[in-house]
Amino acid sequence: MKLLILIPAYNEEGAVGSVIKEVRAVIPDVPVLVVDDCSTDGTVNVARESGAKVLALPYHLGLGGCVQAGYRLAFELDYDYVIRVDGDGQHDPRDIPAILEALEREGCEMVIGSRFLNGSGVHSGFLRALGIVFFRAMLRPILGRPVRDPTSGFVGVNRTALALFSRSFPLEYPEIEALVVLQRKRFRFVEVPSRMRPRRAGRTTITALKSLYYPVHVLLGVFVNVLKFEGRRK
Amino acid sequence: MAVFSLVMAGLVLASVRRAHIRVEYSVSWLAAAMALLVLSRWRGFQEWFARSIGVGDPTVALLMAGGAVFLVVLYRFSMVMSHLKDANIALTQHVAILEFRLTSLDEKIQPR
Repeated sequence: MKLLILIPAYNEEGAVGSVIKEVRAVIPDVPVLVVDDCSTDGTVNVARESGAKVLALPYHLGLGGCVQAGYRLAFELDYDYVIRVDGDGQHDPRDIPAILEALEREGCEMVIGSRFLNGSGVHSGFLRALGIVFFRAMLRPILGRPVRDPTSGFVGVNRTALALFSRSFPLEYPEIEALVVLQRKRFRFVEVPSRMRPRRAGRTTITALKSLYYPVHVLLGVFVNVLKFEGRRK
Repeated sequence: MAVFSLVMAGLVLASVRRAHIRVEYSVSWLAAAMALLVLSRWRGFQEWFARSIGVGDPTVALLMAGGAVFLVVLYRFSMVMSHLKDANIALTQHVAILEFRLTSLDEKIQPR
């Protein structure tokens, strides 16, 4: 079984080093790949000094393009599982074994680390919390089942999902659309409890203006993906 | 409108000559300029068109037609830009992956 830890990062020199060290403390023998989205700070050097391999994008692509680059490389290198951990320190690497265990046990294509399943470490602002409630309600009929944390980026995928995402992955604000892409192919996902912590350094890429644009973009992306549906899950 | 069309066609041709616009992307603008030129000189068509869309003044109808033509051109360019962005993303990812694999190969064959 080949597992890769994928850390997308953009200007995260203040946090990415400690994230890598925490990951290596939890699973010492598993390779860690930082996908650097053309950072302008020292993210690449910090990541290399902390023992990670770095896939350095020559041009800023945004989160979706950055994650997809990592998925493409992992697929080409024949990895069986990839678990994505954000480079800002919000995801607790101690939850990685639970995600891996669920991927192997359930045989599903994707496992989401959900901050709402055990109620520990919830760090959402009012607008984000409101958005999550809205997207939960919107996704319920599309997915045919509830999803507690549709905006979580703490996800593990198996090789089948890796093959799909390396070809087709939403490029901006990818988490919610990725669920619909999975459903389009009639793939399965499960959620496991995970802890969410405050970001360690840097700033979120979702500014006040972008937080207004975010739901519009995601709604449109979801709508387009629904139009591409090949058939409902039996 | 006729003068505007001629100025636009002249600007586009000058830009193509200086290689600021590629020939394939100049076609839409030149076609739009020519369409506007023809429409602006064809009074009978303007009056018929104004009546058809329920506008009293043929000049206003002509401006609306001009706006519609530019919308079509902009739509075509949105498609071109989307395609270019997709190609750019794929290329960027591909270059990064090749560079990663090349570096890994270099590390493997470094003399010890």
